[in-house]
Amino acid sequence: MNAPAQPSFAPARQREVVDALRRAVPAHCVLFDEEDTRPYECDGLAAYRQLPMVVVLPENEAQVVAIMKACHALGVQIVPRGAGTGLSGGAMPIADGVVLSTAKFNQILKMDKYSRTAVVQPGVRNLAISEAAAPHGLYYAPDPSSQIACTIGGNVAENSGGVHCLKYGLTVHNVLRVRMVTSEGDVVELGGGALDAPGLDLLAVFIGSEGMLGVVTEVTVKLVPKPQAARVIMASFDDVVKGGNAVANVIAAGIIPAGLEMMDKTSSRMVEPFVKAGYDINAEAILLCESDGTVEEVEEEIGRMTDVLNASGATAIACSQSEAERLRFWSGRKNAFPAAGRISPDYYCMDGTIPRKNLAQVLLGIAEMEKKYGLRCANVFHAGDGNLHPLILFDANIADEFHRAELFGAEILELCVEVGGTITGEHGVGIEKINSMCVQFSPAERETFFKLKRAFDTAFLLNPDKAIPTLHRCAEYGKMHVQRGQMRFPDLPRF
Amino acid sequence: MQDHAQEQDMSAVLASFRERILQGRPLQIRGAGTKDWYGQAPRGEVLDTRAYRGIIDYEPTELVITARCGTPLSEIDAALAEHNQMLAWEPPRFGGAATVGGMVAAGLSGPARASAGAVRDFVLGAVLMDAQGEELHFGGQVMKNVAGYDISRLLAGSLGTLGLILQVSLKVLPRPFASSTHVFEINQEGALRLLNQSAGQPLPLVASAWTSDVLTIRLSGAQAAVDAAIKKLGGTELANADDFWTDLREQSHAFFAQPEQPLWRLSLPSVAPPLDLPGRQLIEWGGAQRWLRPDGAVDAATLRAAAQSVGGHASLHRGGDKGVGVFHPLSASVEKIHRQLKQQFDPRGLFNPGRLYASL
Repeated sequence: MNAPAQPSFAPARQREVVDALRRAVPAHCVLFDEEDTRPYECDGLAAYRQLPMVVVLPENEAQVVAIMKACHALGVQIVPRGAGTGLSGGAMPIADGVVLSTAKFNQILKMDKYSRTAVVQPGVRNLAISEAAAPHGLYYAPDPSSQIACTIGGNVAENSGGVHCLKYGLTVHNVLRVRMVTSEGDVVELGGGALDAPGLDLLAVFIGSEGMLGVVTEVTVKLVPKPQAARVIMASFDDVVKGGNAVANVIAAGIIPAGLEMMDKTSSRMVEPFVKAGYDINAEAILLCESDGTVEEVEEEIGRMTDVLNASGATAIACSQSEAERLRFWSGRKNAFPAAGRISPDYYCMDGTIPRKNLAQVLLGIAEMEKKYGLRCANVFHAGDGNLHPLILFDANIADEFHRAELFGAEILELCVEVGGTITGEHGVGIEKINSMCVQFSPAERETFFKLKRAFDTAFLLNPDKAIPTLHRCAEYGKMHVQRGQMRFPDLPRF
Repeated sequence: MQDHAQEQDMSAVLASFRERILQGRPLQIRGAGTKDWYGQAPRGEVLDTRAYRGIIDYEPTELVITARCGTPLSEIDAALAEHNQMLAWEPPRFGGAATVGGMVAAGLSGPARASAGAVRDFVLGAVLMDAQGEELHFGGQVMKNVAGYDISRLLAGSLGTLGLILQVSLKVLPRPFASSTHVFEINQEGALRLLNQSAGQPLPLVASAWTSDVLTIRLSGAQAAVDAAIKKLGGTELANADDFWTDLREQSHAFFAQPEQPLWRLSLPSVAPPLDLPGRQLIEWGGAQRWLRPDGAVDAATLRAAAQSVGGHASLHRGGDKGVGVFHPLSASVEKIHRQLKQQFDPRGLFNPGRLYASL
């Protein structure tokens, strides 16, 4: 599966497109030799590769406009790309298409303490925004675990979250304005400096559109005051159901924790030897529950959380007494993916979201699937918002294991839909989960997504064939649309 | 939360909605009609959504409530109050009769908007009946969901122009443990400076209102945080604070008397300087929402130019002559996408034609 992708375009077509792009941008911005385009063949989901025909790296918005117009005139398809850290193959190139990288848009244009906003170019890294805001006592709240590398343009495309999004929201809640270029070359401002913009809320639908509606050239983000203090409680449970109930009890007590994460025993045993976070490896589930705010606020909330967790049957509770200890408690959770890479040659990370009350049912289902597919699975869970990341462990060098891992993953996603959840909470559909979209959405719903795309991208040139499957594709996949729980859980209300 | 008979009734209501849509005549989608005055004048035959009502699912520990469009907000409020939860964006209730569908379609948020977020921030999913009478489900009942375009959030504030909103799932939040409201005598410039500076600090500042040189602020959160903020900010505690914020939310505050008179809403960056406009102003949302009661006739173009010059926009929220266009004109490229969206979603122009913009 990891063999280099082969070029598959007509040389004459490549020459034609390169010539047109060289009229739009300086020659050094256009890459077409295989050794130059090879690094763009995949994103963070390396199992899916395609060598692009041409890669273009514009340096300013006028060049983006010129590129879009040139591609529009020639009918060339474009795949926008940020840092390439995405986990769903959203930036996978098209064989006879162009990859448009925003890597050269790497400037923070404005950092304003008084208005608590920053204006940045799309290629600025997520963490770089918070670092630049730190001297003002502010930060950018969404913190996907790839924040050291991923860019804000990619975050806008994926509506990225992070471990703090139950309290602080997703990208859609923290972006005020996006400036973008459509496939026809129109420059469009969505949102603005105020809290709302006239007309339809196009910004809300643009965020999370996986590069299929426009190419982002500028983003205004909201910055929030950095909490004075933060402390995290680590609680052990001898049963995952009890752990899940404890999460529900915390919420029922009127508390919205800054972070609320759960790991199963497989996960904690996987990470503990690696990071030595002090996890209780005999616990069936570990809960991390964080409070942030003013010093007084944190003290009050930690007390309240401790009471609820004790009453919920925690077998052990530890509360961070220093910032170093807080980071150590988190280090295990944050290193779950690298730890998976350490104990297994390969792993496949899933991203379903479920109503939390169905956690036990889903974990049970996953345990059954481990037997069925003969593969192990570790579960880390953004418990506060129901986002489950099963890590399926496999070895790509063993014939058939990747294929089994894919089938395992697809079955997990089907289960998520059946219990009233969704196939992707934060990683996006991309190319990876496109077949699972057939399970979650009806033909009429998918057609409506295409209608929306046509309103922005009339010629259907921007990242087509991602995220929304055609009728034909779903027919080939052969799995039925799960009718809102009517198939296996008739009493389950589902959207 | 519902029995079989009720489900059958609801199927019949849906069938009647579908029949109306398939008749192909323009429809004025209407809940309780509490916001008939909002937007451009309604056109078309009334389609009353109130028969399609009821809470379908409410899971306090999941922080999600799902209700049919005709459900009155009073019913939602009562259900949430039992579990000490709330609609954090504080939408106007208009006596409680206002419906869930109308609340989402109008997209109006209340005093806490600057800190809590707007309707669109809390919409998790929706069911839409489209121009073919198909029921379409978007989003879901979970906090994080990036499967497909986020069409449910797009419906917030769409004024029903993209289809008939049948059902919505909303994120709800626990009520704060403590709240306290304080007033300060301060001029507009000073109030704007105080609000913007405070918003950059870790203070539990949830809502604000300034008018006639009096600034009122609400602090909410953990008791210890509220106490610490009071110590820092000072001010005089306001008695009957709940009434004050309710009046503001419902626009029954004295500032909003005489609803037939033009009421302009200026949505601006919170840091925009005081605007020298003829009339009285009431400023909410930390400076980002400024209401204007003009003295005598005011030229819409002048107001819009003033709002635009500081990075905002102006709408004729209520009263006055809608002939000037209720909502701020769109830029050419944004207008083009609006037109194409309407054409794709509602090619026959059935849903609330002209309510948002005359051309849609």
